[in-house]
This record gives sequence, structure tokens and C-alpha cells, in this order.
Amino acid sequence: MSKLKVSVWRSAGSGAQEYFDVPRKENQTILDVVTYIQRNLDPTLSYRYACRVGMCGSCAMSVNGKARWTCRTHVDKVCDSDALDLRPLENFPVVKDLVCDMQTFFDKQKKAGGAFLGAHTREDSVALIKPDSSGRMAVDEAIECIGCGVCYASCDVVKWKPDYLGPAALNRTWTLVKDERDTRRLDRLRAVSGDAGCHSCHSQMSCTQRCPKLLSPTHSISGLKREVSRAALKGEL
Amino acid sequence: MTNGSYALKARSHPSYVAFILHRVSGLLLAAFLPLHFLALSQALHGEAALDSFLSWADNPMVKIAEVGLVLMLALHLGCGLRVMALEALGWTSWQKSMVAIAFGGSLVAGTFFLLRVF
Repeated sequence: MSKLKVSVWRSAGSGAQEYFDVPRKENQTILDVVTYIQRNLDPTLSYRYACRVGMCGSCAMSVNGKARWTCRTHVDKVCDSDALDLRPLENFPVVKDLVCDMQTFFDKQKKAGGAFLGAHTREDSVALIKPDSSGRMAVDEAIECIGCGVCYASCDVVKWKPDYLGPAALNRTWTLVKDERDTRRLDRLRAVSGDAGCHSCHSQMSCTQRCPKLLSPTHSISGLKREVSRAALKGEL
Repeated sequence: MTNGSYALKARSHPSYVAFILHRVSGLLLAAFLPLHFLALSQALHGEAALDSFLSWADNPMVKIAEVGLVLMLALHLGCGLRVMALEALGWTSWQKSMVAIAFGGSLVAGTFFLLRVF
């Protein structure tokens, strides 16, 4: 059986890569590799996961330089040789080893106006959104975001401009701006029209390239740019 | 692989390359502008000075540089149109085609100019 030579980021001291030999198996995911190391080679290794089926978005890390969800990434898909390089997601502070601090990431969703506020109360009937309405169609993909942080870690604008709200937060705002139940459209557009907002996106599209759900935050951000421009021309902002 | 080569590989996709070329061509064009104005300013020193410069500009090396200039201009235009189409029309699914059109169009413009100058 061949072995994988796995280089894993360890945060102790000033931090360094540590090497482990892991047996290579068929249908092995990156999460399987990390779990093997933690259970058999070094129980002090810290990493994060929950669902293991690509729903929760908690297991993302940098695999051979690219941010990926590890539970749905097969070793065979990313390893040309037997070398595997695992690091915490870029653009996030590290808590320990492969575990990132997601606080800023979620704070930015709040800053971008990511909390829904409708006009109905729980006493009202459920709002009916027609599946083929233009607003619903515009966000058909964007609402599938699981908040894994892969887009945020892949974005160089976030790296160069730490205040930038980032692809996930802007994608979330786009889904609410196009939500016909929403009552805070202009507040949201104001929140994303500043220096740290949608206009800072350089259309590098690494977010779209890497999104494990095959969504396009770039599409959402360009939609926000158009909505902000229209509102500004109408004098609403 | 080193961390740097991983970082480079992670950015090796058409949209990122288009972003880089858009920026680099813009910077090179901006750097060319002072030379352009310097050349035009020769006219202020009289007809002889400008003619002398223009005859120097017939030098094959200058012509090759001009081909590069046209290529940069076409590249900057193509990549700029890509961004405008992306932002104004939301054509994200056409990205690779748009990048290919921008690069292809630039090469055609550069080659056409090359054939014309020699």
C-alpha cells in the first residue's frame, strides 16, 4: 500500500509544517487523512468538522494551496503525487493548527446587512414566492451558500484589504436584496456601497472558481453593483 | 512544492490571468504616456526636431515596441470590456469565452499591426 506524505500546519510556537505518513486508500477524502493523523499519529492535532457530507461548511482548509471542503474532496482528485500540504484557510486568524477563527467572517455578514427582516409576523400566513419570479430566479444558486469560508479564503481582495466584506457576505446580501419579502433593501445597499463593499471586487473570480457548491459570488457581487448604481442614479442612496 | 508555487497554481485560472493582464497592460500604457507626450512635444521645437524624431522612430526596434504597445492597448481594451460585460450584464457563465475573446482579439490586433508596419 502506498503512503501519503502529509505536511500539516502546526501552530505551536511560531508555527511550522509537520510531516506524517498516512496509508493511501481508495475513495479516501482529505478529512479521512486528517482524522487518521489525529486518531493514530498525533491526538493533539486540532481540526474542525461536523456533518461529513458537505452540508455544514465547517471542515474547509487549504489543500495543496487551494481552499477546499475536505469532507467531499477525494485525495485522488487533488494529489498528482503522494504529497499533500494541509494548512488552515488563508485570510482567517488561526485558533490552533487547522482551526480558524470565523468570527470576522460572520461579523462581516452582519455588517453587510445579512439579517433578514420581513414585514410579516408569526401570526400572518406564510409568504408565497413564485419559483419563476425574477427575484427568486436571480438568487436561485446564491441561496445555497453553506458559509464554509472557501470563497473568503480564496479572495485576494480580502487579503489586500482586510475591511473588504468578502464574497460570502456580499452573496448573502444579494439574496436579501432580491427577496420580495425584505423590508430593508436600501439599508442593505448602503451597507455594501462603501469602500469595503461590492465595488472593491476586482472580478478575479477565485471565489467562483473555488466554491465547492459551484455558486458564483462574482455574479451576486456584480448584481449588487448594478443595484447600487441604479439606486444611486435614482437618488435613493 | 513550495508555498509560493502552490499560491501561483491556485491563481492559474483564466479570470485571474485576465485580471493580472488588465492591470499590467494598464500600468505599461500609463508608463508609455509620458514618452508619447515627449514625442509630441518635439513639434514645439519646430518641424525639423519632429521630423528627426519621426525618422528615428522608423527604427525596426521602435516598430517592434509599437507592436507591443498596440498589443497592450488591445489587451487592456479586451479585458476592460470583459469586466464591463461581467458587471453590467452579469455574464459570469461566459467568463472563459470572454477571456478567450479578449486574448484572441488582442493577438489579432497586434499581428495585424505587425504586418502593417513592416
